[in-house]
Amino acid sequence: MAGRQFIMRVWRGDAAKGSFQEYRVPAGEGMVVLDVVHAIQATQAGDLAVRWNCKAGKCGSCSAEINGKPRLMCMTRMNSLNTDEPITIAPMKTFPLIRDLVTDVSFNFEMAKRVPAFKPRPKGPDGTHRMQQEDIDRVQEFHKCIECFLCQNVCHVIRDHEDNKTHFAGPRLFVRYAALEMHPLDTNDRRELLKDKMGLGYCNITKCCSEVCPEHIKITDNAIIPLKERVVDEFYDPLARWLRKLTAKGN
Amino acid sequence: MAGPYETHEYDVIVIGAGGAGLRAAVEASAQGVKTALICKSLLGKAHTVMAEGGIAAAMGNIYPEDNWKVHFRDTMRGGKLLNNWRMAQIHAQESPARVLELEDWGALFDRTPDGRILQRDFGGHRYARLAHVGDRTGLEMIRTLQQHAVHKGIDVYMECTIARLLKDGDRVAGAFGYWRESGRFVAFTAKAVILATGGIGKAWKITSNSWEYTGDGIAMALDAGADLIDMEMVQFHPTGMVWPPSVRGILVTEGVRGDGGTLKNSEGKRFMFNYIPDFFKAETAETEKEADAWYEDKNNRRTPDLLPRDEVARAINAEVKAGRGTPHGGVFLDIASRRSADYIQKRLPSMYHQFRELAAVDITKEPMEVGPTCHYVMGGVRVDADTTATTVPGLFAAGEVAAGLHGANRLGGNSLSDLLVFGRRAGLYAAEYVKKFTGAVKPGVDQLDSTEHELLTPFNHHGGENPYSIHMDLQDCMQNLVGIIRTESDLKKALGEIDRLKQRLTRASVEGHRQYNPGWHLAMDLHALLEVAEACTLSAIERKESRGGHTRDDYPKADPTFGKINLVTRKKNGALSIAPEPLPEMPGELKQLIEEQK
Repeated sequence: MAGRQFIMRVWRGDAAKGSFQEYRVPAGEGMVVLDVVHAIQATQAGDLAVRWNCKAGKCGSCSAEINGKPRLMCMTRMNSLNTDEPITIAPMKTFPLIRDLVTDVSFNFEMAKRVPAFKPRPKGPDGTHRMQQEDIDRVQEFHKCIECFLCQNVCHVIRDHEDNKTHFAGPRLFVRYAALEMHPLDTNDRRELLKDKMGLGYCNITKCCSEVCPEHIKITDNAIIPLKERVVDEFYDPLARWLRKLTAKGN
Repeated sequence: MAGPYETHEYDVIVIGAGGAGLRAAVEASAQGVKTALICKSLLGKAHTVMAEGGIAAAMGNIYPEDNWKVHFRDTMRGGKLLNNWRMAQIHAQESPARVLELEDWGALFDRTPDGRILQRDFGGHRYARLAHVGDRTGLEMIRTLQQHAVHKGIDVYMECTIARLLKDGDRVAGAFGYWRESGRFVAFTAKAVILATGGIGKAWKITSNSWEYTGDGIAMALDAGADLIDMEMVQFHPTGMVWPPSVRGILVTEGVRGDGGTLKNSEGKRFMFNYIPDFFKAETAETEKEADAWYEDKNNRRTPDLLPRDEVARAINAEVKAGRGTPHGGVFLDIASRRSADYIQKRLPSMYHQFRELAAVDITKEPMEVGPTCHYVMGGVRVDADTTATTVPGLFAAGEVAAGLHGANRLGGNSLSDLLVFGRRAGLYAAEYVKKFTGAVKPGVDQLDSTEHELLTPFNHHGGENPYSIHMDLQDCMQNLVGIIRTESDLKKALGEIDRLKQRLTRASVEGHRQYNPGWHLAMDLHALLEVAEACTLSAIERKESRGGHTRDDYPKADPTFGKINLVTRKKNGALSIAPEPLPEMPGELKQLIEEQK
């Protein structure tokens, strides 16, 4: 690849105005998109704003839209893209722009504050919590979430309807709710909240979120649909509800 | 043009929101003092999130014969006895409770068949001791702590960088920094400040550390008059990725070897058997047969693949130098030929993913290429073992920014436990300090104004030095001259270079404006990076022996005289000085624990 150059079109600007700017960067072996962005920073645009931390797909900081696809910049190899054409890098669209590739993702942190906390049942007689691996496997899948917010970014409930943000938690938070609801030790019940305040019903299972998850969490199938089923069982199935009341079953 | 500044008042502020900072904030808040947590990145993105292998805690779930005494001994011997014995004792005693507490807060560790927390083998630990979640333990830990802190209603200041500590006379009185988003300055007044800012690895070129690891906390403490110790002690993790160049340095967990992987040279030989030092001879297997049997039966001695990290990093370095390296200048790390594909994917999912995505290597079918990468600093701010108090009243430090626990070399898994044990203690004792302190603190306004002026200087220069170039040159300097193998002449050369870089930094200029400007942020970080680089180099010159993370080609042996001293770094009138001081004397019964061989 000696002498080759990558042609990059990077969004520059803030909430008021901006445009794509073109940069040319010498191609190096094994480069990922984030490497190219860093090269632009170091040599051509020192003030190019971008978030990153681990550079290994573990922290979920460097989310962006690469050629229109929401991805982590650190896990997108340049040789997986058609570099004969310019590569376009834009900030996530669903969140308000701060500057260049950095967006205001505080929506996600605000929604996290509204999640009712983990409330464990008492410990066993030996002073520990005994749990079988097969009982935690499904929750461990949810705990893989690196909070890159790409799922939130593609979810059209908020991507296309800004006003839904007040009453829709979004896929990331549904994964969090599912992790708590299915946690073998947890005793809280969040079903009514999910139905009434977190907009679980808005999701019409198009699976856009699952498609972009860099951790390959089956967000729709394993988190959202089971949550919907639990809500349905609780609030829309009179027989099950009556039976539960009769047996006074906890969570 | 100075102030007025956005100001906030707290009892305790915690700087840094990795494992130590989060745990400290949770504790301080639980003690009923007004607490804030301030971090450079978004919450949950700190270095802890990258930790892979596990949390060392002698819970004895796999081997009932494990207990704090064995963990203490392993930690001390791993640190070549330069550790603060009291910290090592507290750490070994308290870490099991800290792990169980995480479970109470929602963490889900991998399980044993009888439903307890599974523990994994790691370098330098006699028994399988690391509580873990596959190879993403740090993620589980930070997310659990983060969610717990959020539910406790602790105030969090995200993407807010603290640049200087503020003082009122001899006491710490708060901190001054800026919002990364807007570039505006912000002042915090606080009776106690807890540093939990992590390490200094971004001073080296090949590193597993992110942009955040610029030594801020260490430099701020030094500037505020605190003592540092052991700054020469830097850990090069033996296994970082080496290919392709863009990923060089990214961590490959020790868990690969803990779960059965072995190191091989280009001749296919398991070379670690040739690098067993006398110090670990009695507890290390001499044949491949015994080494392989150890994984299942601890009556065998441990495989040399799991010698402490300093030993393994030096061995890899030597193999590559002797011409037995891989095509890209590393060695092979092979688990493909030793464990089933299912096992590897279950135990090491993120390694599988990382190599497949970044290097197009399938680790269930082919060996990985690995080499040393700068990973951790054992040195840092000097603290009281029990309370984490630094030598400046009101200033506390926990986690990687603090020194003492790990001595000359840290064992894998002892970092996450360190964060929990001493993070909690920092929060506890900072709160206690605040409760006892009846007066008010008032940082002088002149400190704010002069810092603001200093931080804005790069905007006043035009066409000056590019901060990115200064940083790259520092990384080259530290990599080449203050790396794994050191000599006096190289170290002195490095000092000269650091001095020139400091001069260049005074002429640094940045483009654009103050809003989310990484070039400006780097220019400000460079102050700390250059200071810690200098402290490390000066300290490395003074330690004329080889011990743990500090290897001198001109003094290749450990020297018992140096084995009894810490090197203390202080700053007076703008200049750094190094002074030897005796290690705290260890009680006889603990000495005995260490001397007991297998």
